[in-house]
Amino acid sequence: MSAALPKVRLNREHCRTLLHQMVRIRRFEEKCAELYTLEKIRGFLHLYIGEEAVATGVMQALEPNDAVVATYREHGHALLKGVPAGAIMAEMYGKQEGCSRGRGGSMHLFDAETRFYGGNAIVAGGIPIAVGLALADKMANKKRITACFFGEGAVAEGEFHESLNLAALWRLPVLFVCENNRYAMGTALDLSESETDISAKAASYNLASEGVDGMDVVAVEVATRRAVHAIRETGEPHFLECRTYRFRAHSMYDPQFYRAKDEVEEWKDKGPIKRFTEWALDVGELRPEDIEEIEQDVAREISEAVAFAESGTWEPVEDLLRDVGAEKRI
Amino acid sequence: MTELTYREAIRGAIRKAMLADHRVFLMGEDVGRYGGCYGVSKGLLDEFGPERIRDTPLSESAFTGAGIGAAMGGMRPIVEIMTCNFSLLSLDQVMNNAATIRHMSGGQFHVPVVIRMATGGGRQLAAQHSHSLEGWYAHIPGIRVLAPATVEDAAGMLGPALDDPDPVLIFENALLYNHSEDVNEPVEVDIDHAVVRRAGKDLTLVTYGGSLGKTLAAADELGTDGISTEVIDLRVLRPLDDVTILTSLAKTRRCVIVDEGWRSGSLAAEIMARIVEQSFWNLDAPLARVCSEEVPVPYAAHLEQAALPSVAKIVAAGRAVMGR
Repeated sequence: MSAALPKVRLNREHCRTLLHQMVRIRRFEEKCAELYTLEKIRGFLHLYIGEEAVATGVMQALEPNDAVVATYREHGHALLKGVPAGAIMAEMYGKQEGCSRGRGGSMHLFDAETRFYGGNAIVAGGIPIAVGLALADKMANKKRITACFFGEGAVAEGEFHESLNLAALWRLPVLFVCENNRYAMGTALDLSESETDISAKAASYNLASEGVDGMDVVAVEVATRRAVHAIRETGEPHFLECRTYRFRAHSMYDPQFYRAKDEVEEWKDKGPIKRFTEWALDVGELRPEDIEEIEQDVAREISEAVAFAESGTWEPVEDLLRDVGAEKRI
Repeated sequence: MTELTYREAIRGAIRKAMLADHRVFLMGEDVGRYGGCYGVSKGLLDEFGPERIRDTPLSESAFTGAGIGAAMGGMRPIVEIMTCNFSLLSLDQVMNNAATIRHMSGGQFHVPVVIRMATGGGRQLAAQHSHSLEGWYAHIPGIRVLAPATVEDAAGMLGPALDDPDPVLIFENALLYNHSEDVNEPVEVDIDHAVVRRAGKDLTLVTYGGSLGKTLAAADELGTDGISTEVIDLRVLRPLDDVTILTSLAKTRRCVIVDEGWRSGSLAAEIMARIVEQSFWNLDAPLARVCSEEVPVPYAAHLEQAALPSVAKIVAAGRAVMGR
């Protein structure tokens, strides 16, 4: 029996939720950038700023028991999956209170409790893992799905094609989410793909595929709910291409020679938070005081996260070799 | 006692594991309808069905990665890769995911996958089907690397490998599949330690996998020269069991390492380094090794044989170390 597709009701409460989650990611990452310049956070730091509507829209349709596999640009996904902000920030500080005990850093956030399977920094490297998680669920007859995020750069990798083929062939419950931000680091989409319509490319693997405006959180949510509903009904994979844009540099080392400043400004003008806020205020679903409250709430959460990271401790060097292998076999 | 081939021993071990644990399944290229490219899984599809004996597309990276994901998701997959040369297509998944996820996740996730593959030369299959790359894998922290050299080990290593909470790679020398021995079942194999296959007091030969037979033959020949030769089968290429090697050397004080991998940066080099670090003052002669020649394995039979370790080369190295 087929359950009805749940409708997205854009009432005040839901609008607050969407805005709150996008603002959480934005402000959290702005704080990360600041802490990076203060050298509290080191290594690579890849910001998701500009792309918040994708993770936010997709996560609305996932259940707590669904798995998420993400990339090295995954702070927002981890936050929305339920990994505590303090544990994420402590991880970026390299503290043992971090969600990966300080062994992973910004690119390798993991959390077993919320089924957040990383933070994978090999482009497309997480996609086969998502296929395997879904295979395990299917074989164990568990009715849950695995959402797999990756950028459009991953589409050029063999693992992308092998994995889509395998998931479609074996009918596995995977939601593939391509976050197409138009640049694979500094290489524009039309310089790396013979076919730039990625959802069309994915469809050739005989799975349901759809492209959506990734700057519109509501559009992403609606498309994802539709896809997730179908996956739960049929157990078969779906592909969602979310067309979005990264406002910041690829990482903190990127001077951005490969794109024009005007282009970035144009995209900022249609930024997901700006656009959604303007719309919600205009139609009266949100009031200025809602926005004020959201900002205050987020500011409090972030300042607590930073305090948690600051007060965290360094793992003793004597523990260096732990967690390479199990202490003993079962 | 039952007489079994190496191939039958592995098949029996897979079957036993699948009967005992519903989480265990096999996947790889041609493991089902074809019966496995070396015939290891013949008959298993009929017994267990296509859900648990999964034919995969030629997508080493995706199905190895799917094995890793399925292991993280609670299953106990056995991934079969046709040969270790093809495993390079999935090296990213092994190195960057299987071996790292426990550590990168601060111990929250682990990857109980077993990956089996054929290795080794000697069948005139030339330079893309004949190499011995297990030494490369033995470089990687976070995985266990096994090399069954006997039918008994082939029968008994899979069970403990599946019990290991971390990734285990099993390298099966392709020349051994037809080899048969009498085996006492059930077999319990220790996957932590090397084993002394032949006791001796003058010279230690250290080897593993497909070179064990050649090394034992060389030890017999050296015996006719009056050289009492001990043969150690490493069995476990990572983590290496230094103690068994050093204990033998404390007695014999002379050692030759036999390794089908290329000499430069080889497992043999690692073993020599460990001996020098830990047992230099026990040595009565410089260490020696017999490895594959530094050439892609050629097709022509005489050239291929010249490229691989041989009984004659091992005997010659043994005599030289003994000053004969």
